[in-house]
Amino acid sequence: MTPLLQVTGVSKGFPGVQALKDMHLELRHGEVLAVVGENGAGKSTLMKLLTGVYTADEGHFAMNGRPLVVNGPKEALAAGLSIIHQEFNLMPHLTVAQNIAIGREPRFRGVFVDERRLNREAAELVDRLGLPLDVRRRVGDLTVAAQQMVEIAKALSHDAKVLIMDEPTAALNDAEVRVLHDLIRRFTTADTGVIYISHRMEELTAIADRVTVIRDGAYVATVDAATTPVQQVIALMVGRAIDTGATPRNVRDDREVVLSVEGLSTKELLRDVSFELRRGEVLGIAGLMGAGRTELARAVVGADRTTAGVVRMAGRALTIRNPADAAAHGIGYLSEDRKRYGLLLEQDVGQNIALGSLAKRFTRFGFVDGQAVRAKAGDLVGALRIKTPSVAQTTKNLSGGNQQKVVIAKWLLNDCDVLIFDEPTRGIDVGAKEEIYGLIDRLAADGKSIVMISSELPEILRMSHRVLVMSQGRVTAVLDRGEATQETVMHYATMTKAGAR
Amino acid sequence: MTAVDAIAEPTRPAGWLAAARSRLQQLLAFASLMVIVGFFSVANQNFFTYGNIINILFSTVVIGTLALGTTFVIISGGIDLSIGTGMTLCAVMSGVFLTNWGLPLAVGIPAAILFGGLVGLVNGLNVAVLKIPPFIATLAMMLVAQGLALVISHSAPIYFTENPNYVNISIGQLVPQVPNAVLVLFAAILVSAVLLNTTLLGRYTYSIGSNEEATALSGIDVRRWKIVVYTLAGLFIGLAGVMISARLGSAQPATGMGYELQAIAAVVIGGTSLAGGKGSIVGTVIGALIISTLNNGLQIMSIPQEWQNVVLGVVILVAVYADMIRKGER
Repeated sequence: MTPLLQVTGVSKGFPGVQALKDMHLELRHGEVLAVVGENGAGKSTLMKLLTGVYTADEGHFAMNGRPLVVNGPKEALAAGLSIIHQEFNLMPHLTVAQNIAIGREPRFRGVFVDERRLNREAAELVDRLGLPLDVRRRVGDLTVAAQQMVEIAKALSHDAKVLIMDEPTAALNDAEVRVLHDLIRRFTTADTGVIYISHRMEELTAIADRVTVIRDGAYVATVDAATTPVQQVIALMVGRAIDTGATPRNVRDDREVVLSVEGLSTKELLRDVSFELRRGEVLGIAGLMGAGRTELARAVVGADRTTAGVVRMAGRALTIRNPADAAAHGIGYLSEDRKRYGLLLEQDVGQNIALGSLAKRFTRFGFVDGQAVRAKAGDLVGALRIKTPSVAQTTKNLSGGNQQKVVIAKWLLNDCDVLIFDEPTRGIDVGAKEEIYGLIDRLAADGKSIVMISSELPEILRMSHRVLVMSQGRVTAVLDRGEATQETVMHYATMTKAGAR
Repeated sequence: MTAVDAIAEPTRPAGWLAAARSRLQQLLAFASLMVIVGFFSVANQNFFTYGNIINILFSTVVIGTLALGTTFVIISGGIDLSIGTGMTLCAVMSGVFLTNWGLPLAVGIPAAILFGGLVGLVNGLNVAVLKIPPFIATLAMMLVAQGLALVISHSAPIYFTENPNYVNISIGQLVPQVPNAVLVLFAAILVSAVLLNTTLLGRYTYSIGSNEEATALSGIDVRRWKIVVYTLAGLFIGLAGVMISARLGSAQPATGMGYELQAIAAVVIGGTSLAGGKGSIVGTVIGALIISTLNNGLQIMSIPQEWQNVVLGVVILVAVYADMIRKGER
């Protein structure tokens, strides 16, 4: 049977980089095809070619056997190709209905928007998809998960035959992922198909029929999702075998308590949150989206105001009014959104690493000692194995994993004993994730104390000595290594106020 | 529970609440205007009279017209600094068309307005096609327009003495006791409100300001619509040029600088975000009225003109800060 979408021998080069060479891809009718590859493998380029943002140097595309040529997003949509981009592409100030209909507003007399019909049609679509959305709400007021639903409704409203999803679950928790997968299954019928790009390996067996692996801009293999072990897919991706098995370790409750938080509350969400963190410990913080994990971290470092509670370090109560105070006491917060809050993307690696400790370490009589900055940054680049040609490289040119390491280097240089990681591997590919895990392990072994917030349960279970579970702004459980399993964590994460202890 | 929480509460009729919330900013601005009017009414008995209210409306015409066009630009995430001197250039061109070339009013006036559209079109091309940041592109146009106004007029005012009807566009009274300029302002308000709220142009203005890349990826020709937005602002520049020269009976080539900041101030006081994506015509109108009411009231109270800008500056800070508190950004 003719495939729904076929990509044959496609190449695309940019000055200095061959992003894709001789790429192949075949999407069959009614299937979910996962496309996996490390960051920089060429997935984004492929998607941009499919949607007409770029034009291919060589090769061709065919849909249902007919040649497919698209110039620009509009033609792609018209041809039945809908893409949901990794970064949200919504207009936060417009309503759900206005976002869904953007570019195809029902009109009267040519230029006037028929708002009533627009709302009605959007409501019908949302109903048909079974999404719990009020189409008159402003998108900016919705939760991340609801915004993702709007993206999907928008993509499907185009009568799409091929739906391309780039990391659709990066910001979703497990329950929301299940809803999304359910939607995808309902979308895939005899004349449609889904291309699903993901970093989450455990999703592949859950949603995909087949998996196409690409590496360094080239096609590697396509395997059956149900029968191929995840290990093998990862090995294909990175070109080597990686151990992703959990390695339980001993709880070290004999170590001294470094950080203790007592009764922390905020106006909006947190209620009486307490925990202790020991030297050399990795404390995982689990919970559903909106449980208050990030809010807890922000409250601890003084980024948000607290209404009650004490933060102690080595038994001494601290006054933390802002993140600078926290840093001065040796508490570093590595934001989930490192591009926005963690890095100066346009600055070089050395500047980023030294940024937090310029005044403390690298300044003589008000002048910055550039040579010392470069030397020290160079040491850390080596120690953390940051892949960069030099410390003078602009940070935005590094991969996600290496950018994360730059942020870590910055906090290490700032003499932080407590590091709070918020989603440390979000948007980072599998190979680099392993390196971040290894780095966190080493930091803990060296006596740093680590709080790790993550939406990925396997990550939490693999890394943590203890797991603190949150729900609705409260701590519902602190689980030891032995007690923490997918089931127990989910049990406490879904516990409502009444059951909270 | 804050307003935002209430919106996020799915059990509530969110459409109605959202509408109420977006009205709140306008209500606040309107309330501020009423407070200012109330204050001056109590402070000076000559303030709240029919004649003075018309005075205030009359003095709002130029700033208001400029602010209307600028509202579109700012909602789309841009800025237009060329509106002040652009207006002067259009006033000069009106003088060229009517006085120097002797064109009839019915041709010369539309030509002057269209010339403003041309200024806006160039801004739009620079911003959308050459991708020059709006601040820079329109700063350059501000200088070019100022220079051209002086060059074309040989640095001398152009009078409309041969067209006595020209001044009637501004001070004539089709409706008794109401200067035509006020009617023109009302018409401009109406047109811009309809454009912004009910047309594709309005929808895409908000959309581009809210998330430009997403708008482009939705298959919308962002370049084209940006050009349209700046051109529209240009037409308002042209209209303002006609109105100011009609009021003065002459085109004064050395003026115009500073109007752009007053117009932007009116837009901002009206709750339009300089970051783009949100704003309203009603807000802009109230913002412009607040500015002219303050100027008028302070004048009536014989407060030196120098102090008016001090007050205006403080009002801008208070208005924007109040808006931030309302939205919980502080």
